Amino acid sequence: MTGLKQKVGNYPGVTVERKIGTAYSQHGQPMTVIDLPGAYSLAARSPDEAVTRDVLLGRRADTQMPDRVVCIVDASNLERNLYLVHQILDLGRPVILVINMMDVAAASGLKIRIGRLEKQLGIPVIATQASRGQGVIELKLAMSRPDLPLPKHRWDIPAAISSAVAELQASLQDSDGKPPLIARAEALLLLTDQDPVRVSGSQPLSQRTAQILATWKKRWEDEGTDWSAMLVGARYEIIGELAADATEQSATTVTQNASDRIDAVVTHGIGGWLVLGAIMTTLFLSIFTLAEYPMDLIDSLVAALSDSVKNHMPPGDLRDLITDGAIAGVGGVVIFLPQILILFFFVGLLESTGYMARAAFIMDRLMSRVGLNGRSFIPLLSSYACAIPGIMATRTIENPKDRLVTILVAPFMSCSARLPVYLLMIAALVPSGDVPIMTKVGLMLLMYALGTFGAFGFAWVFKRTLLRGEPSLMIMELPPYRLPRIKDVFMQMLERGGLFLKRAGTIILGISIILWFLTAYPKAGPEASPGEQIAQSFAGQAGHFIEPVIKPLGFNWEIGIGLISSFAAREVFVSATSVVFNVEEDEENTAPLLAALHEATWPDGRQLFTPLVCLTLMVFYVFAMQCVSTVAVVKRETNSWRWPLFQIGYQTGFAWLLCLAIYQTGTALGY
Amino acid sequence: MVEPIALSQLTVGSSATLHSFPKTGAAFLRLREMGLLPGTALKLVRTAPLGDPLEIKFRGYNLTLRKTEADHVMVTTGPTP
Repeated sequence: MTGLKQKVGNYPGVTVERKIGTAYSQHGQPMTVIDLPGAYSLAARSPDEAVTRDVLLGRRADTQMPDRVVCIVDASNLERNLYLVHQILDLGRPVILVINMMDVAAASGLKIRIGRLEKQLGIPVIATQASRGQGVIELKLAMSRPDLPLPKHRWDIPAAISSAVAELQASLQDSDGKPPLIARAEALLLLTDQDPVRVSGSQPLSQRTAQILATWKKRWEDEGTDWSAMLVGARYEIIGELAADATEQSATTVTQNASDRIDAVVTHGIGGWLVLGAIMTTLFLSIFTLAEYPMDLIDSLVAALSDSVKNHMPPGDLRDLITDGAIAGVGGVVIFLPQILILFFFVGLLESTGYMARAAFIMDRLMSRVGLNGRSFIPLLSSYACAIPGIMATRTIENPKDRLVTILVAPFMSCSARLPVYLLMIAALVPSGDVPIMTKVGLMLLMYALGTFGAFGFAWVFKRTLLRGEPSLMIMELPPYRLPRIKDVFMQMLERGGLFLKRAGTIILGISIILWFLTAYPKAGPEASPGEQIAQSFAGQAGHFIEPVIKPLGFNWEIGIGLISSFAAREVFVSATSVVFNVEEDEENTAPLLAALHEATWPDGRQLFTPLVCLTLMVFYVFAMQCVSTVAVVKRETNSWRWPLFQIGYQTGFAWLLCLAIYQTGTALGY
Repeated sequence: MVEPIALSQLTVGSSATLHSFPKTGAAFLRLREMGLLPGTALKLVRTAPLGDPLEIKFRGYNLTLRKTEADHVMVTTGPTP
């Protein structure tokens, strides 16, 4: 409606942040629309739901309490959806109830009497079929009505808890300054909120209210009163009556609907794995093959841009800054955009059909072995392409500890930026022609497997030590399969891709400029060769500085520069190495670089890139945290510096120890 | 009166009526809010390929839960009381 394309949450918790946009009424009046994440209840269980709750209760300082609420529910699942509507009606705000997907309900023989609902609730009820744009005009008209009626809905709070509700309501009015109806709704909510999820930006309760709440809970516990069951039960009783009155199920009961038939295959003991395997194979194949052409195109565009700057500007530091710093750095990231778009397209497609919930359902048992949840599967899978969208995808995980563990281990999944490093090292390790191609493929698979096992291993460790807690829940709705709307999938893909570009791009630009500066200054002198310049530069000094630390792993200071610059993005290792080893970079042919690597030696004449060193270096790249964009995203998602710093520490520390073990053992064995 | 059994003991494809589950615990509050209450009719649709989690259907929609929770969800089979 606002032109901001939002999607139907077919996978729980997909829309995460509230989105604000302006829509125009039929009369051209602007209306501010806040889209709140899909919630099941105002008793929040996930950050998503907490945002919804806090906005509706006016607990957030940054968002004004909405003056009207539009509840969109699924016609085929009316009863369950009315629970949230019922909670919202308690707020005493004007509410418009939208019943969407009337066609789906009709297909299953369910008839909804809109008029009855309208009469019972006293609010406008609008039937829509959003996929065909039906009912949208009626909705807009209702939204712009100045005289929206207040819901005339009353329900009796169970007698056993009514005095507590009254007392809490009074306290919320007096001590927290809430209007009466909101205070009543919040009082009811406080009684079902077992462990309220807090999100930053929401106002805490006054001490007096908290005190009253604790006293009542204590008393009921002693008496054995199951207050929350009473409350929920009473609500469902009314909803049951409402739904029974407003719906009519035709006598012809459908024996097995299409979703059940699909699920019989997709979640079948053998068929389920085959389907999952086929989908994942298609996903990876598309990422690697379909992306090739646009990636080449971007590569040549970046090169052309760089060349044109070189032709139009006099040589000097400013030109180098633009070409070697800004363009090369940003280009190195933008080149992964096609792969990321393809991944997002698939993720969007799988989400909007409803398959994603099935994947979580199938994988849950395996994931639970290491203490993770089936919902961690997709974020970890996405991390094979890039950890950034993977970490952003963890928002679908309800349990904060599960989410954190998934974020902490996601960077172990070998992302596409490691691919160039693996390719170079494998080429240096096994000269082509000498060995069968399967050796190379095997080495590559070994690296992917190492990262994957590392991720699961560390998840297991974290769930038992640092982030121990209640085992996570797998209570999740399996929505009916739907035909995806390709337009929505595309819009979503572009939106997410744009976010990736914006977030990763700004940081990469900054870091690239810093890195360029570090390799270009201080100047070694006008006659210095690029190699001498590098050795002299801050980056070179840093390489020398860390040499004592990395020498036990078989790395020298030149490799150290590569390691340090990899912090901007891992694939920078390849270009950094070619600069350091004094080779003109040649995109089509890495042979000169390979030759230089084979000739590189320690000061005492020993060969630097022995097979053992190549292997150790690859293992280092599997485990070490070397991606500034990931650090930035983790900082953003966890809202503190603590976790990203911890991640750098433990990942890099583990990489160092493992590489030390490999190199020292290998050396001792005479490799 | 049929003795209640755990939901996890139910055979796949059979229907039952919810009898009771523990009063406390985030899982059970959530199940309650999703509309699973004493007296609700449900059907065990299937289990995941590895036997866990379970998929149940009630109030016209499908929900998953793990065996660890299903062990504490008591149901009665046979005629609805």
